[in-house]
Amino acid sequence: MFGMHRNRIEKGRQEKKRLSFQRICQLSFAVLINGYAAGFRHGKIFTGSSKALCVPVLNCYSCPGALGACPIGSLQAAFGGRRPHVPFYVLGMLMLFGILLGRAVCGLLCPFGLVQDLLHKIPVPKIKVPKKADRFARYIKYGILLVMVIALPLFVAIKAGFAAPYFCKYLCPAGTLGGGIPLMLANEGLRAAAGLLFDWKVFVLAVILVASIVIHRPFCRYLCPLGAFYSLFQRFSFYQFHLNEEKCVDCKQCERSCPMAVEVTKNINSPECIRCGKCKSVCPVHAISSGFVCKGKKEEQEELRQQ
Amino acid sequence: MRKTRQELPILVLRFCVLIVSVFFILAGLIKKEHLEVMQKAVKICLECIGIG
Repeated sequence: MFGMHRNRIEKGRQEKKRLSFQRICQLSFAVLINGYAAGFRHGKIFTGSSKALCVPVLNCYSCPGALGACPIGSLQAAFGGRRPHVPFYVLGMLMLFGILLGRAVCGLLCPFGLVQDLLHKIPVPKIKVPKKADRFARYIKYGILLVMVIALPLFVAIKAGFAAPYFCKYLCPAGTLGGGIPLMLANEGLRAAAGLLFDWKVFVLAVILVASIVIHRPFCRYLCPLGAFYSLFQRFSFYQFHLNEEKCVDCKQCERSCPMAVEVTKNINSPECIRCGKCKSVCPVHAISSGFVCKGKKEEQEELRQQ
Repeated sequence: MRKTRQELPILVLRFCVLIVSVFFILAGLIKKEHLEVMQKAVKICLECIGIG
């Protein structure tokens, strides 16, 4: 009896530790890439040389604190510029982050993911999206990546000579939250120029933020083109999760606790998994492990099993 | 033996993508694409913040 109670307390402690590790990662990375505090005060953006580097997450380069460039904005700028070209530099950076971490970038580093995580902590009844609708809606983000980020800017630029960054302009909530609103608050000139487009962007942001309270990470699940890109690398990235089937007691606690509704016991390295580690922390028999692997699947499984 | 053969593509793919990504970054640096990225990132993107 006391043993069971102790186990429960131990499990609770471990869960708390795991969650705090995720939060520490998210908070420190958000501060690290948005560290230009003077920008928020004066309503201006950072113009130093670190802006030549793309950050791995959706973080608007027009955020007053941003020290790096947004990869999705940079991709659209390359495809939709006056001289459209294959953006080797940005693609290379995204591929590097993708092959090293997969969607751990979404789970551990993304500031907009952090905002959604925190909003979901508000204690109101949660909505469980029906499986069929959820499965269908998850493909939308791939469509957004293909159409709004790549195809539309490319074709319009070829035809008209220049194209707008359609995703940033009409959809990106991170740009409104991190860039638009702080700049408008601090810069009177920009405030005077805001019109219908800004209203639309605030509306989109509000819908996503409200949805985040009742659905876990709706933007990451259904709309984020960067998440769609990273999910292409999920199965063979260096950072992997492993389920020890010999240890697993099939209690499904991992699947019930998964914020992204991944079928952990069937497909632990699913493209939808953001590697937040929630499944690992709730597993009563510690059958789930994670780590960097660079050998064949068999050897890597052995290695992870030993951890 | 068969299993090892099946695992080989993942291993090869993992390292191939890593090499290609580094190669892409270098190619981009040679083409000075990082300066293009910087040029865009140091100006307020009016579309991104909902003005232009």
